[in-house]
Amino acid sequence: MNLLESNIRHLVRFTLNGAQVEGYAEPRLLLTDFLRHELGATGTHVGCEHGVCGACTILLDGRAVRSCLMLAVQVEGAAIETIEGLAQEDGGFSPLQQAFHENFALQCGYCTPGILMSMTEYLRDNPNPTKKEVRVALSGNLCRCTGYHEIVNAILDAAKALREEDGASS
Amino acid sequence: MKPPRFDYVRVESIEQAVELLAQHGDEARVIAGGQSLMPMLNMRLVRPQVLIDIAKAAELSGIKANGKAVSIAAATTQNALLRWQGLRAHLPLLAQALPHIGHFQTRNRGTVGGSLCHADPSSELPLCLALLEGVVELRSRRGTRRLAARDFQVGVLTTAKQADELATRIHFPKAPEDAVFAFKEFHRRHGDFAVVALAAMRCGNAVRLAVGGVGDRPEVRSWCGLQGSAIDDALNEFAWQLGGSDDIHATARYRRELVRHMGRLAIAETAP
Ligand SMILES: Cc1cc2nc3c(=O)[nH]c(=O)nc-3n(C[C@@H](O)[C@H](O)[C@H](O)COP(=O)(O)OP(=O)(O)OC[C@H]3O[C@@H](n4cnc5c(N)ncnc54)[C@H](O)[C@@H]3O)c2cc1C
Ligand code: FES
Ligand code: FES
Repeated sequence: MNLLESNIRHLVRFTLNGAQVEGYAEPRLLLTDFLRHELGATGTHVGCEHGVCGACTILLDGRAVRSCLMLAVQVEGAAIETIEGLAQEDGGFSPLQQAFHENFALQCGYCTPGILMSMTEYLRDNPNPTKKEVRVALSGNLCRCTGYHEIVNAILDAAKALREEDGASS
Repeated sequence: MKPPRFDYVRVESIEQAVELLAQHGDEARVIAGGQSLMPMLNMRLVRPQVLIDIAKAAELSGIKANGKAVSIAAATTQNALLRWQGLRAHLPLLAQALPHIGHFQTRNRGTVGGSLCHADPSSELPLCLALLEGVVELRSRRGTRRLAARDFQVGVLTTAKQADELATRIHFPKAPEDAVFAFKEFHRRHGDFAVVALAAMRCGNAVRLAVGGVGDRPEVRSWCGLQGSAIDDALNEFAWQLGGSDDIHATARYRRELVRHMGRLAIAETAP
């Protein structure tokens, strides 16, 4: 147990998309701001800062969470994944990104990183969702542009592609 | 929208948390999932001097089923409970209610104890605690107390927990063999807080109904052998007793109408 004082910047270390990273943060610094301003990982977007819009969603130890509702000091030692780590090693789209591209599932793209990170966990746990289930799963991500239809279609397409990929590899 | 300054401590045990709460009292705040506290910090509605993070204390996470009850450590996440193998068999009401708490992303962090300590009148877990007559275990340097739902739940965002107390475990009685449950919630969008939420339990011809989102805390009524128009009369009386108030989501009158309408559906759903 170690008390971190309010007015001092403390060393914070964790892995970001597999690579070890570190930086300094006052206890009150939000994880979103740490990612964006300390580490320059600006792919994680900030909308509401109270958990409602979903733009800031990242994976913490494999689970989708709001990075605006976490402090940087809370993720010491954790494994964080963000949109920057989603593409394939050769830089090509992941199946989820490919499906968004093909279905015109983004316009301004502000909501997209949060949706892709959310759906990364969701499709891993639910490889074969119905349209209705996808709509419920998307309720935690607001999109002001698309009207959601294309996003739902993209997620259903991605689910199919991932199932086929899985079938082919096993 | 950034939090004010505070000291931060991540504790590893109940004892460490209780000790810090004893030292700092009112000046300290426990953070569990942070899904209610962080928005309040970001909006500067609360300004603690010290934040005590209990999310990583191993003994504050986990679920045990014993003889008659399920005992859930306070910082167990809502999603961990939802994934628990025994949920459907022992706590079927929670299996129905938990998916309505926010979104899967907030349930990945939000905890069972945090929701009960936050005590939002529309929240699902306080409603279930009231209907099932669960017990909240509180620990401080002064000792341990176990409070029944109706003693723990005091009002809007208010519980009987003192500033130096930590919620450590929540005990839910296992569902009786012959019990039938129903859960109903009206909201504008999935994941939003309920405008009105109801939970019903029937054993034989005895029915219990809990209502959230209308009164200052979840309220419960029990009836025996209700049938036909007597159900409508009982619900109407309950709705008026709850009162309710107007806000941006709905008027008090609309909320009372939801109690009558959804109450009828919930009771019908439990009927043999
Ligand atoms: C977008 C969004 C939608 C939501 N929708 C819903 C919803 O539909 N229904 C619903 O019920 N909730 C909803 N919530 C809130 C829910 O997610 C929270 O999990 C819950 O209200 C608080 O739990 P927590 O673990 O996050 O607690 P925290 O936010 O960490 O703490 C809440 C309060 O409880 C105190 N506390 C926490 N744990 C303890 C403990 N063990 N001992 C003593 N004090 C403690 C804290 O000091 C604080 O005052 C929503 C939240 C968001 C962001
Ligand atoms: S910025 Fe985090 S949910 Fe909106
Ligand atoms: S694409 Fe613009 S907010 Fe979703």
